[in-house]
Amino acid sequence: MTTTPTPPVPTGDTRLATKPRKLTKAERRAVEAKSKLSSPWASGVAIILAILWTIPTFGLLISSFRPERQIKTTGWWTFFRDPQVTLENYEEVLFGSGTSFSTFFVNSIVITLPAVIIPVSIALLAAYAFAWIEFRGRGLLFVAVFALQIVPLQVTLIPLLQQYVRWDLNNSFWTVWISHSIFALPLAIFLLHNFMKEVPSSLVEAARVDGAGHVKIFFRVLMPLLVPAIAAFSIFQFLWVWNDLLVALTFAGGSPNVVPITVRLAELSGTRGTDWQLLSAGAFIAMIVPLIVFLSLQRYFVRGLLAGSVKG
Amino acid sequence: MTLNRKRTGAAVVGCLAGLSLVLTACGDDGDDGGAATGGDDEGNGDCADYEKYTETYGDLDGTTVTVYSSIVTPEDQPHIDSWVPFEECTGIDVVGEFSKEFEAQLIVRVQSGSAPDIAYMPQPGLLQTVVRDTDAVVPAPAGVEANVDEFFGEDWRGYGSVDGTLYAAPLGANVKSFVWYSPSAFSEAGYEVPETWDDMIALSDQIVADGGKPWCAGIGSGDATGWPATDWMEDVMLREHGPDVYDQWYTHEIPFNSPEVADVLERVGSILKNEDYVNGGLGGVQSIASTTFQDGGLPIIDGNCFMHRQASFYQANWPEGTTVAEDGDVFAFYFPTITEEFGRPLLGGAEFVAAFDDRPEVQAVQEFLSSPEWANEKAKVSGPGWLSANTGLDISLLESPIDQLSAELFQDPEAVFRFDASDLMPGEVGAGTFWTEMTNWIANDKDNQAVLDAIESSWP
Amino acid sequence: MSDHNSNDDVQPDGGRHVMTASPPGSSRSAVAQTGGSGRWTLVLIVLGAVAAAGGVVFLLSAFGVAPFSTFEVPWPDWFKASSSTIGKFGLMAFAVAIFVAVMALILLSVDRASKVPNWALVLGFLGPAGLMLAFGLLYPMLRTIRESFFDRNGANFIGWDNYVTIFTQSEFQIVLRNTMIWVIVVPIVSTFIGLLYAVLVDRTRFEALAKGLIFLPMAISLVGASIIWKFVYEFRPDQQGVEQIGLANQLLVWAGLDPNQFLISNPWNTFWLLIVMIWIQTGFAMTILSAAIKAIPDDIVEAARLDGLTGPRMFRYITVPSIRPALVVVLVTVTMTTLKVFDIVRTMTGGQFETSVVANEFYTQSFRQFNFGLGASLAVILFVLVIPVVVYQVRQLRLAEDIR
Repeated sequence: MTTTPTPPVPTGDTRLATKPRKLTKAERRAVEAKSKLSSPWASGVAIILAILWTIPTFGLLISSFRPERQIKTTGWWTFFRDPQVTLENYEEVLFGSGTSFSTFFVNSIVITLPAVIIPVSIALLAAYAFAWIEFRGRGLLFVAVFALQIVPLQVTLIPLLQQYVRWDLNNSFWTVWISHSIFALPLAIFLLHNFMKEVPSSLVEAARVDGAGHVKIFFRVLMPLLVPAIAAFSIFQFLWVWNDLLVALTFAGGSPNVVPITVRLAELSGTRGTDWQLLSAGAFIAMIVPLIVFLSLQRYFVRGLLAGSVKG
Repeated sequence: MTLNRKRTGAAVVGCLAGLSLVLTACGDDGDDGGAATGGDDEGNGDCADYEKYTETYGDLDGTTVTVYSSIVTPEDQPHIDSWVPFEECTGIDVVGEFSKEFEAQLIVRVQSGSAPDIAYMPQPGLLQTVVRDTDAVVPAPAGVEANVDEFFGEDWRGYGSVDGTLYAAPLGANVKSFVWYSPSAFSEAGYEVPETWDDMIALSDQIVADGGKPWCAGIGSGDATGWPATDWMEDVMLREHGPDVYDQWYTHEIPFNSPEVADVLERVGSILKNEDYVNGGLGGVQSIASTTFQDGGLPIIDGNCFMHRQASFYQANWPEGTTVAEDGDVFAFYFPTITEEFGRPLLGGAEFVAAFDDRPEVQAVQEFLSSPEWANEKAKVSGPGWLSANTGLDISLLESPIDQLSAELFQDPEAVFRFDASDLMPGEVGAGTFWTEMTNWIANDKDNQAVLDAIESSWP
Repeated sequence: MSDHNSNDDVQPDGGRHVMTASPPGSSRSAVAQTGGSGRWTLVLIVLGAVAAAGGVVFLLSAFGVAPFSTFEVPWPDWFKASSSTIGKFGLMAFAVAIFVAVMALILLSVDRASKVPNWALVLGFLGPAGLMLAFGLLYPMLRTIRESFFDRNGANFIGWDNYVTIFTQSEFQIVLRNTMIWVIVVPIVSTFIGLLYAVLVDRTRFEALAKGLIFLPMAISLVGASIIWKFVYEFRPDQQGVEQIGLANQLLVWAGLDPNQFLISNPWNTFWLLIVMIWIQTGFAMTILSAAIKAIPDDIVEAARLDGLTGPRMFRYITVPSIRPALVVVLVTVTMTTLKVFDIVRTMTGGQFETSVVANEFYTQSFRQFNFGLGASLAVILFVLVIPVVVYQVRQLRLAEDIR
């Protein structure tokens, strides 16, 4: 592994900065990292892992375009020898039921957005309090919140639904929003708290010396630094809510005005045998939105989760 | 149509009397019958049949009744369609919700006070649990009682009752004592449909000698995996020890690990755990556990297997384009008897309609669902694989010969009918250890006695 | 809140020099404005009173105390659900708007009141989360603990009987064994692979694509993932004219071996199942760890390099120690998720063939067997299993406090 003094290659993050001048540290690191990875072992392992992780999904993707009979009698890899393509599976999934598929799609969106915004905001406030406000019993309370992560969703179904019924709110979006928000809080507070802790206390102290109150410090000092972390957690929360079945099933009560895509997909396979063709097509339709969200917000993951190298 | 019906009816009586060889030989005509002709020209627009509901329960226009059920695509649509004339005439909006998570969700909703108005209980055992563990189920109104007494009879009333009170009328029903086979494959190979257990074993050996696998089976069914194996046990129990021992078995008057039950398990094992016999087109004995019950019989079509024991509703599982007929691609014969002693007993199952509210519109729907009008309406819109034990059902409306046969059997007062025992056992056993232990028996080759002991020890 | 945004001089994207160089100067003037505005104190008091009253009613009704348990709210129809798309989005906007308004009011009153006592401040920041957690998680948890000492439908107190059942019957011992396997293997393997991968692809040309591929399973629901893997493990018999349709068995066949019933033959089937969980969780681990790696200060790396550290040794002595907090977070989070996992087991084997885990068994006992007492005890065992993780976390917290 030689550290080759290659001239800066204009790629990726460093592209804008490559000018004929002394390299910044980051650029040098990038260059060296690159040379490090040119080790055939390293790239070999990375490629193998990537293939292993992708192949199961890829197989299902191919299958979703194959006719039912083909899926059930031959492996998807034979597709390359004998390509037969059909859109029937997708048609069946999209138009096979009485209720238009777009209804479920809209429901999923309407459920997901508030179920991301509300818990993330509330968790940010709580995480801030745990990280930067001194009060008695703070450590104990934080551990308690952390430990609540273990309460399995299923334990809460009956108590929560009982309450929603008393409030006459069952089978509405409200119950789904509230429930998702509650379930997200322990992990959200835990993770965001950890990110907030990583902000150097010198920054917070400086603001405090300047007379800023907690609300000000929260919005002015921490929030900007936390944008990538918030985006990252929001993506996770988005994926969890979008893919949830149990909460929707219980609290939306099967009302076609409220239930999301997942509920529809869960009923897809019906009473007949293993309907691989429908399950595969359905799985991919459900994946589209999460994939778009992830790909469009991925840049937050590619940088650090705290904006700028605040420790430097 | 009438003529047709009488003929079939007569033939079936013949079957039951043991004159004819095979049950299935009796239902060859009428498979293109009733549904096509009897459908649209009645029903629509004629509200005479439905006036009694408004007379009994008052003006119900604009009310809504929710129905919750475990029946899912594609069988949910006929249910929705079967309510339409009733809805149009009474003005009640019947809203169906169909979910695979029915059992778990029902209990969550009942416990939380948001029970549906009506639930289709897939087994009497579940009905009993819900009635006993919660006070949520409302006893059946007088109109339903009258219908049950008139059109179903004492046995069925018992299955829908808890501690002597009738809660739920039967809805759809099925006959389980069938063995599916391919008539064309049989005739090609020169096989005859067996009439006795010994014939059936001889045929199986013959098929093995010819280089084939006689049986295929699948007991996979998500978290209900194992139930098809319990059906095997029940059918054999009825044939080997008769209805009386059968009753003692599910009421736990004899222990689950008694010699009688052990005999039955042994006999079932002589087929299901015989590597020579199973599992055509699907693998070895173990593959029975991993194959879904829906896929279990499909190798018959490819000629990889010859026999598959499954209920009348299995015909909905054959791929499109498969003709279900005595001379077609697939058909079913009566699961043969072991001794002459007990006649030709019949095993079956049914759903039941329980209500969680006593509003007049809910009771009206309940009464409607227990009436022959509903059964006939449902028969018109259903494909093969559906029937009801309602004696008011017009058999000519049923599409498939198997369904017609099954319905005839239900309507025959002489037939010895027994309800699926696992559905009548306590939930811990009938929907618990009986399933899981049968699965272990097949998947892990668990010892017969160990299986029975484990089930016995779990009996509450 | 609008004036916060109007004069913001802190650039989120400005990098570290911006952050360190310019202390948030504007806050000084903002603080000056707040001095002596007594009406905000009033707002705070009123708001606090309303919130407290609401909270009390809320909790009373949640715990079923009459008469609060039975009050009915005459919600307008549009409020509950709309059948039109526009209506739904309108409702969504309404919900978010209400939420933002309430939060803004809380924060403003906490901020602007002339002299905010510390407890009010804490209440303002923690109140909403605390209220929701108490209602939605703490109360159900306490209820479950109570239920676990009762019989199947909560009618009779039976002491420790449910626990005795769980710890003496062989089927439950298998469940406990499986849960331990899951909880030990999944977090360690997925964190390790996630870390390895994050290091390998860090700052390479195809980093975004490479990460996207590993992250992909996160975008699939657990049920979807189970479908994908069931398809991979699908078994077809070794017979003339029958082809394998599952990749795993086809690989065996290509290797000249007999196809295998992956989901049935125990004890290995548990490992085939937890591969699915590893497949999903690695994306999570990789994402967090990769971000942590990028946050390692350059001078540390530089210094290490000058000392001649490269490759594996750099990884061992610089990378891993530097991202230790993130590693702990990932391990803990994945452990928690793994303890709760039930979809995979339920969808793929239904808990049959000795693959059940505690969370799945809880669901089966409570909602299939309607044995709520036994189900509750299984849930309590989950709570107990997490105690070591909590203790570990407490120690980490103490350490972090000491360093400060």
